[in-house]
Amino acid sequence: MRAVRAAETAPTLHPWLVHAKELRVRADRHLAVDGLDLTLTAGVHGVLGPNGAGKTTLMRALSTVVKPAGGSLTLLGAQVDGRADLREVRRKLGYLPQEFGFYPRFTVREFIAYMAWLKEMPKTAIPDAVQRAIDRVGLTTKADARMKTLSGGMLRRAGIAQAIVNDPELLLLDEPTVGLDPEQRLDFRDLLRDLGADSCVLVSTHLVEDVVAACTDVILMNEGRLLFQGTPDDLIARGGQGDAGDSPAERGYSALLRRHRSNA
Amino acid sequence: MTHPTTTVLARYAEGGHGLDDAALWSIEVHLDACANCRESLAAKATPATTDLLDRVAVSLGQAIEASPSPTRQRTPAAAVHRRWLAWTLLPWLAVTVAVLGCGVLLDSAEPSLPSLVLLLAPVAPLPGVAVAWSRRTDPAWELIATTPAAGLAMVLRRTLAVLVVVLPALLVAGVSTGTSLALTLLPCLAFTGATLVLGALVGVRRAAIGLAVVWSAAVLLPSVAAQSLSPVLQPGSTADWVVATVALAAITPLAATHFRRLTSGN
Repeated sequence: MRAVRAAETAPTLHPWLVHAKELRVRADRHLAVDGLDLTLTAGVHGVLGPNGAGKTTLMRALSTVVKPAGGSLTLLGAQVDGRADLREVRRKLGYLPQEFGFYPRFTVREFIAYMAWLKEMPKTAIPDAVQRAIDRVGLTTKADARMKTLSGGMLRRAGIAQAIVNDPELLLLDEPTVGLDPEQRLDFRDLLRDLGADSCVLVSTHLVEDVVAACTDVILMNEGRLLFQGTPDDLIARGGQGDAGDSPAERGYSALLRRHRSNA
Repeated sequence: MTHPTTTVLARYAEGGHGLDDAALWSIEVHLDACANCRESLAAKATPATTDLLDRVAVSLGQAIEASPSPTRQRTPAAAVHRRWLAWTLLPWLAVTVAVLGCGVLLDSAEPSLPSLVLLLAPVAPLPGVAVAWSRRTDPAWELIATTPAAGLAMVLRRTLAVLVVVLPALLVAGVSTGTSLALTLLPCLAFTGATLVLGALVGVRRAAIGLAVVWSAAVLLPSVAAQSLSPVLQPGSTADWVVATVALAAITPLAATHFRRLTSGN
């Protein structure tokens, strides 16, 4: 049992955990996110879209790595575009980048503890939080192995562990299922549902199946814009028998993209 | 604080029959904080309760024995190897110290040349500072850049780690060649400050490279070519270096907003 801080019981004064308005973000020179309007509440949101749709750039803007080139972006009630102080928001943020860089000499435990320290968690809470994060992603037996000895799927799970170590209110996972075997993907879906119960989880992926199975909300992006936002059932309902794809959700996905391209 | 009466405690020990929820909660909250009442509660425990506690103790003992032993506490000295910066900076600092060592040797071998230690002192910390805040050398930069710890405080802490090695090395080099210590250390600090201030605008790495090139072209190479020390390193310019160092150190905190994101110029 622990004492509840006043900040935890304070009423939420913002209607959305993520609120982007006319958001424009540059990747190198070109605008990868161009006029995106997005509002997200708690739950698991799956971001789908073809390559180059701006998914990773959107993730980087939401994780406060890149400064938006235009529009407004509010995370957890705090403005994060421009020169705002980002510390308060960053404490409640978890992020797994698409290219997960790590320190090969560190053990899994050391690396996650280092990230927890950088996230300014209380020193006494770090060892327990690290163990819990490692257990949640199923790396318990590898906790004291060096990062360079891990396989691709294990590294991905170590990356997820460092993202969730501070119990983030906003969790951004960019391609988290790359390199996971089918069984691990099922475990990961359970973890996602668990995490989405009281925080806002944004998962960018190519796998339509993962989104339908574990997400409460689907976001479809194309060429830097929002094409569709709705429940997985909505997505399935968009697909007809004539559309490309092996599952109802895939047919819905290709139907939406095809309709958009024929309009453009 | 009011302690629960003995009769209330006795009833609580027997399972709390006849006590309403609010009373139970207040007793529990009180027991949480009061060792004396916990003791008197333990004295009133029913045989069924003590039996249960014994069983829990035994199974807990078995579980602890079967689980892996806790990781040992690391001493602060052993924690250094877990710092990314310590490993990354090591080669750069080793090269810096080696170059300064060569400068000392050349100074003693060729007294006719202008003091190389003086000429190298301003650029000595630049490689380390450039590495300390960089996208290229830190594999996990994208993670670091999203943490609340990222910012000017982190840059300054890493810069300090560089100076902790470079300044003593310069001090030793300066003493062993007999050059002015003020003219060895002040330019070093001024260039460190200038790298950070300029780095806020164009990126620390670019700033370090730019300053090193300007210094080499304007002072280092002409001095070596002309075989006479540039006027900016003559004893009369000490006051100017003091002013520059203090001014740059004062400006650095104003650049804090530029270090919140690790921009691509770094």
